[in-house]
Amino acid sequence: MLREITLGQYYPVDSVIHKMDPRTKLFATVIYILSIFCFRGPIGFVAITAGLIAVIYLSKVPFSFMVRGLKAIVFILVFAGILNLFMTPGRELISIWKFTVTYEGAKSASLMLFRMIYLIIGTSVMTLTTTPNQLTDGLETALKPFAKIKVPVHEIAMMMSIALRFIPILVEETDKIMKAQMARGADFESGGIIKKVKSMVPLLVPLFVSAFRRANDLALAMEARCYHGGEGRTKMIPLHYEHRDKVAYVVVIVYIVLIFILRKFA
Amino acid sequence: MSFIEAKNLVHEYIMRDDEGNVEGVQVALDDMDLNVEKGQFIAVLGHNGSGKSTFAKHLNALLVPSEGTLFVDGMDTRDESKTFDIRQKAGMVFQNPDNQIIASVVQEDVGFGPENIGVESDEIWTRVENSLKAVGMWKYREHSPNKLSGGQKQRVAIAGVMAMEPECIVLDEPTAMLDPDGRKEVLEAIHKLNKEKGVTIILITHYMEEVVDADYVYVMDQGKVVMEGTPTGVFSQVETLKEYRLDVPQITLLAYELKQQGVPLRDGILTREEFVQEMDRICR
Repeated sequence: MLREITLGQYYPVDSVIHKMDPRTKLFATVIYILSIFCFRGPIGFVAITAGLIAVIYLSKVPFSFMVRGLKAIVFILVFAGILNLFMTPGRELISIWKFTVTYEGAKSASLMLFRMIYLIIGTSVMTLTTTPNQLTDGLETALKPFAKIKVPVHEIAMMMSIALRFIPILVEETDKIMKAQMARGADFESGGIIKKVKSMVPLLVPLFVSAFRRANDLALAMEARCYHGGEGRTKMIPLHYEHRDKVAYVVVIVYIVLIFILRKFA
Repeated sequence: MSFIEAKNLVHEYIMRDDEGNVEGVQVALDDMDLNVEKGQFIAVLGHNGSGKSTFAKHLNALLVPSEGTLFVDGMDTRDESKTFDIRQKAGMVFQNPDNQIIASVVQEDVGFGPENIGVESDEIWTRVENSLKAVGMWKYREHSPNKLSGGQKQRVAIAGVMAMEPECIVLDEPTAMLDPDGRKEVLEAIHKLNKEKGVTIILITHYMEEVVDADYVYVMDQGKVVMEGTPTGVFSQVETLKEYRLDVPQITLLAYELKQQGVPLRDGILTREEFVQEMDRICR
């Protein structure tokens, strides 16, 4: 179950999307998220889907890879979907025993499912095509103006990239601890939800202890390699816009304008 | 002046309780003297708790002496304005390969050090290429460190230090968490750096077999240097080493035991080849 997390994983292939400046991709992702919450009507839906498919095609990342990210939130999706379906008041569509599915409920449930799924897929296109270092570099430059009002932009970016680097390591470690405890008779599988949550506690304690130890080691290793904050730091891959980025910006702007125009007519 | 010069080096860990009162003092380094010349391959041996890791951290100015002095290339490690120069001169590789790799792509991790010291982008790329080639990891430059073996990760860590162009690399038990293959890879890489690039190596370890090819060996116990000399000289004193809870390499032990039984072998046999030669000589 734990190995399914694709969040923050990079998929190395050579594509236009991979080569794009991370700032462009960040901007496009924000616009994309905006669009999935702003659109109206079936034509808007078609436009968004077409856009997403085009980007996925250009990125050369297998589609199955992105869908894997959804597995982690299947439970939330189903839960929220059912709630929306049955709890929204309105015109009756079907009635089963005490529960009534309303027309409005069906609409809002499908809308919500669509938004969640598209949100996850869209953002995973971004993380799959951008190395965490590039991503944080992009964030750091994009948020630079906030450094003036004492927001520790570099530190936040650094923390993010380290967190992403350690996700797979900590997942592996959790797996190891789980197996070690199962070997001594711990039971993570059976019982209800409360019992399952309770059985997680003895798992979390050693995990936290080891995470702190790792953090300490890492801090030492970073210091040993002359890390002293963002000041006077150069970049291995300096960010600069290329022709393709300009094209991408134009495409993204056309896209959002289109979504808003379609919204007017829907 | 030697490249690294420790004089009466003392380090005390001060333990405090919750209110910050001193509970006790533990002396990790006790009046230690040590000199290293440029280009040497030095090994520091010691049992757990002998103070060898504390000493390693001093070389990188991660810790500063409580008493005494430590000079790295003429710079006092207590001088805070020189801290980053010292860290660049004497790079450090730690025990756990996972906990010292910062980036999620091999080449970006190697570039981390040069980025910190403000090297220009183009120059960073040349350095990354050179140091990855020097440890034989160039073809893995695009890989994620998570998918590498322990020995490979440790070689990436060494490349990360090399990219800062240090004159000396301090390795604090770099092979302790590796399997025999990984251990061999890492040792080959550091010997190559020492011979081909003239980098001074300070290898801190408790594996005797790794010490055999060193130029000079220091043995530490309870914060003091208790033995020093060439590997042959140090390993010929099997009894003394046992007192410090250290084992000699197996072949040396075999030669020693045979000698105790009256076989006229010479002292300080370190490798199988030497042993075979000695036996050959005796049998004639």
